[in-house]
Amino acid sequence: MSAQRHFAEAVLAAEPLCPPGLMAWNGSDPARRFAVYRNNVMVSLIDALADSYPVTQDLVGEEFFRAMARLFVRTHPPRSPVLALYGAGLAEFIEGFAPAAVLPYLADVARLEMLRVQAWHAADAAPLGLADFAALLENAPALAATGFDLHPSLAVLRSAHAVVSLWAAHQAQDGTPDLTAVDPALPESALVLRIGLDVEIRRIPCATAQFILHLQQGLAFGAAAQFALDAEPAFDLPAVLGMLICGGAIINLCQPRREPA
Amino acid sequence: MTIPANCRPSQGDAPAFPVTTLPARGGVGLKPEHFREILDTAPDVGFFEVHAENYMVDGGPFHYYLGRIRQRHPISIHGVGLSIGGEEPLDAAHLDRLAALLARYQPESFSEHLAWASHGGVYLNDLLPAPYHVGTLARVCAHIDHVQERLQRRMLLENPATYVEFAASTMAETDFIGEVVRRTGCGLLLDVNNVHVASVNHNRDPRAYIRALPLKAVGQIHLAGFARDIDAAGDPLLIDSHDAPVAQVVWDLYAFALDLLGPLPTLIERDGDIPVFPVLLAEAQRADRIMRQQLAATAPAEACA
Repeated sequence: MSAQRHFAEAVLAAEPLCPPGLMAWNGSDPARRFAVYRNNVMVSLIDALADSYPVTQDLVGEEFFRAMARLFVRTHPPRSPVLALYGAGLAEFIEGFAPAAVLPYLADVARLEMLRVQAWHAADAAPLGLADFAALLENAPALAATGFDLHPSLAVLRSAHAVVSLWAAHQAQDGTPDLTAVDPALPESALVLRIGLDVEIRRIPCATAQFILHLQQGLAFGAAAQFALDAEPAFDLPAVLGMLICGGAIINLCQPRREPA
Repeated sequence: MTIPANCRPSQGDAPAFPVTTLPARGGVGLKPEHFREILDTAPDVGFFEVHAENYMVDGGPFHYYLGRIRQRHPISIHGVGLSIGGEEPLDAAHLDRLAALLARYQPESFSEHLAWASHGGVYLNDLLPAPYHVGTLARVCAHIDHVQERLQRRMLLENPATYVEFAASTMAETDFIGEVVRRTGCGLLLDVNNVHVASVNHNRDPRAYIRALPLKAVGQIHLAGFARDIDAAGDPLLIDSHDAPVAQVVWDLYAFALDLLGPLPTLIERDGDIPVFPVLLAEAQRADRIMRQQLAATAPAEACA
């Protein structure tokens, strides 16, 4: 085994190991010195997760979160020096983490927070001009037949839990979330979109979530709208289209990439 | 008069790459907490430095702010993830990302560490030490050659802060660095805090350490704060934590280095417990003052008449 493999394994090991071949000028036990590296690695990666998942941490408390993050780092260490998106697998990890099972919504809150981080760093893209929309809105057959390229930051999360309400309750400026009005067991859908330099998280109706997901998957506008109306007769198509246009979420018209199933 | 280090030809047999220069002034590490204030106030600071890996994202606020700040200020890009001291080949995808970032921002300086951070596909997010012997020397030189060829520019290599030494080492760190500089033509980023930290940790004389480096190759200086711990024998063990102001002992060592080097671009590094921007700006201005005092003290007599 190479020297650096010994070193790397000892850095991440659960027990305080010390790789062979280390020394100190005063002959002291090098394990104490090596522990500085173990601590730097573990603390910096747990801190990176805490930065990306502040609400997840609030929901379980700092001590629980850091203990869980420590296990996650050991089993899912970074595979790239680019740490901005490190920890994308935390939601799946939480689903299999027995001590977190009492909070069935925790994994989806983590999912929402990672979508927010991904939206933050997603590629920039200019929205489609209003003149292009105006022309399209006058031509119903063309509108129905076109597909939309959506902004790279846009994501939709459909959850069996009240993820948006839980997340929003933890955005209180004074740091004390008001959860009295939140029933975590109510299903909610989230729209995640970077508008200007800020990432917005909005609660959207289920049919709207389905509509946007269909557009994102390449369905034509007309077909996506029909699915939404079939699922929810009250689906407010003009309002949803207005929301997407105002948020700069539509960046291009395109040929539909998929037929309705 | 001191010739700016980056303008000097490389000293060894290595090919010389085109270089640009940061101003010989105090600079500040750019933190997202300070983006808005820096754009709004355009502070008079020598340069800003960013960690390359933080900006290897597709878009969004980081690029928005760095693009605008770069239009007004010289910048230095400082890598932490290339793993130049690693046993394995360099990560070609990471080097490509780095080349794209440098092409986008055209920084006046690019630097990396004499350390490793990746092994077996895992990135450990720390600057890990390597033994100093001919095997490591050959690998480090090959990696730096690879980096400089790919980026078509000279890089600066930073001296490390370390907590352990290796039984397998056969060379002094300063001799190792000197040989790397001679063989590859790379420059040296003299991290004065690292010199202090490593000198305490390994019971060395920090001034002798600095004198033993290839000083003609120094193109930039780093200053930072450290934390205190003790080793198993109860002797002091300093941690390169970057979460505190620059210590007086490091300012003193900086003044000593400047007496040998002349004025050089000097970065105030702060990565933890980030204060408001004026606190970091004041430390950069303190570096400016020390450089001015040092210049005045060494100026020819007639210039003072």
